Amino acid sequence: MENNSKKGRRGLLPGIFRNQIFIPIAALVVLALFNFAADPSFFRISFGLNSAGNPVLSGYLITILDYGSELAILAIGMTLVTAASGGQDISVGAAIAIAGSVILRVLCGHNSRPEVLQTPIIVAFLVGCVVAMLFGAFNGVLVAYFRIQPMVATLILYTAGRSIAAWINNNELPIISQPSFGYFGGFIPGIPIPTPFFIAVGCMIVTFIVLKFTTLGLYTQSVGINESSSRLNGLNPAFIKFLSFVLLGLCVAVAGLIKVSRLSTINYSVIAKDIEMDAILAVALGGNALSGGKFNMASSILGAYVIQFLTTTLYKFNVQSDALPAYKAVVVIILVVMSAPTVREKLSSLGKKIRNHEAKEVSM
Amino acid sequence: MKNKIKNMTDTNILLAITIVIFLIMYLGAVVVLRSGFLKPQTFFNILNANAALLITSCGMSLVMITGGIDISVGGVVALVSMSCAVYLDYHDGSIIGSVLIALAIGLLFGAVQGFLVAYLDIQPFIVTLAGMFFARGMTTIVNTTPFNVASEAFVALKNMRINVPGLGSVNKMGNYVSAYVEPGVIVALLIVIILFVILRWTRQGRGFYAVGGNRQSAMMLGINVKRTKFLAHLICGLLAGIGGYVYFLHVGSGSASHASGMEMNAIASSIIGGTLLTGGVGNIIGTFFGVLSLSTIQNIVSSVGLDEAWWTGITIAAMLCLFLVIQSVVLARKKRT
Repeated sequence: MENNSKKGRRGLLPGIFRNQIFIPIAALVVLALFNFAADPSFFRISFGLNSAGNPVLSGYLITILDYGSELAILAIGMTLVTAASGGQDISVGAAIAIAGSVILRVLCGHNSRPEVLQTPIIVAFLVGCVVAMLFGAFNGVLVAYFRIQPMVATLILYTAGRSIAAWINNNELPIISQPSFGYFGGFIPGIPIPTPFFIAVGCMIVTFIVLKFTTLGLYTQSVGINESSSRLNGLNPAFIKFLSFVLLGLCVAVAGLIKVSRLSTINYSVIAKDIEMDAILAVALGGNALSGGKFNMASSILGAYVIQFLTTTLYKFNVQSDALPAYKAVVVIILVVMSAPTVREKLSSLGKKIRNHEAKEVSM
Repeated sequence: MKNKIKNMTDTNILLAITIVIFLIMYLGAVVVLRSGFLKPQTFFNILNANAALLITSCGMSLVMITGGIDISVGGVVALVSMSCAVYLDYHDGSIIGSVLIALAIGLLFGAVQGFLVAYLDIQPFIVTLAGMFFARGMTTIVNTTPFNVASEAFVALKNMRINVPGLGSVNKMGNYVSAYVEPGVIVALLIVIILFVILRWTRQGRGFYAVGGNRQSAMMLGINVKRTKFLAHLICGLLAGIGGYVYFLHVGSGSASHASGMEMNAIASSIIGGTLLTGGVGNIIGTFFGVLSLSTIQNIVSSVGLDEAWWTGITIAAMLCLFLVIQSVVLARKKRT
């Protein structure tokens, strides 16, 4: 009887642990508990008017929802790239600078401080999408057709990207004065929840529909798991890798729109700095193998919000923004060490030893 | 002739491409931009400014030959220069102490990253990306504001010049100015020679190639694959530490933004020098020429008058892209024949 119940418990617990989404949830719970213990005011949300006189919600949680959203959008693309190519794109930050620069350039025309917008925002956004997808395609060609390791191939754009972004605007800093442009990264009048969250939700819905009703997800995973057997089964692995980079380009354009809309201007060397690290971290925290193969999109997206949770927590404890990477790097190392196959084997064999030991003691 | 090309090893083909391109570029610069590039001192200045890059590139090539990569070197260089600067100025440290600090930081990064990569089988890129962010963050934690080192002993060492006999030039005043190099260049050249000898003529050196070329067969030959990989990362970390000190000696200040993008330049130099990203192919002499090509093109860009900072980034990226594609094409062709 007792034996049976023990077996039941053992069967259930690994079930929860083995589910991928457990990892980000556990991290979220740990962070939330830590904040609750340190300072419960972290969770306070206040309602007030912002400088433009609109009703808005504010508080640390809203900040997380706000800034985590652009990260979540990037995490969608990064998950696909990771799954298909077994590598990561480290040029997303630079590509965001390019996309943002293009959007501002199209909006401003020749004058860098226009009174009225030269083109509708939607046109500028579409141009930004096309350019970002072209740069994604550039990365994709290098990875898929020239067979260069993804991280090294994207290193090219990582170095050149911010320079290209500055060059697009002749190194000027255009400023958009029209308030409606600020809606995408701020608040739409009358709605107290930050707009990036709605944009992110929109992206998530589109992603889930695509993954549910097309074979993209299946093909991506099969290419990531075994490229040559996918080819033997009639897939075109090079094209699928290429496609994943182009889709990441689309995500980059959306994130770029949010980024430039926040400030209504751009700073080439600072915009989206180190965001590639966060995006990769989101994928890793989501429990996805960084060497490609199976992926869980919901887990990645949740991972993105958890990363933002961590960032906001660190900011709250007055960690300098330049010192942030050091703390995050420690988190990354802990994560990858925990998920390394050799460590997992050791841990599970250790667990078995303890259990055997217990069993022996019981039988004695 | 065709047979000869066919019989060349990958290493030699890529090395030949690099040297030819470097010579064409330098001669082109001499012909087109006569004034500056004719003086031997211009060449030595390129060496002076890039001694640190040369040292870190050697480490990078070694790691790349074993099939890994290390992008933490730029961060380590910044951390080393900041730590040494703080130690020398705020704690009245000695030169010997600061050198030891540099070596310790380099070895520590190399050992931790090597352990994670070799023994825990984690992708080198992820590990060293974390290492890079850790080093950059730590640099800010050590000290936020950039400052110049005022320690007398250090400034004396920094201003040390080694004259090169016979290559001086006569300046506008009619005085003879002898050509010079900084001590860092001597260190860098020594490291190039030592690494070249190790890689070519020692058992361990051939082991690096074997592991990078084919892990499985290296294991069957009785090579300790894990230890070899660990060693490669350890040496790369150590060289990043030494490179950091040489960089520090050249600029004489500590700053969190030092050596930004140096990892990229080191990777680019290695690739231009004919080291393959897939491992197993590479040559330290090639890396030496890779560094020279890279810094020559930077010099050309700035002397043509495209002085804006962004041009350097774009030209290096374009050059890297070109070489990656050449490599990929050359190897694909070779495989087919």
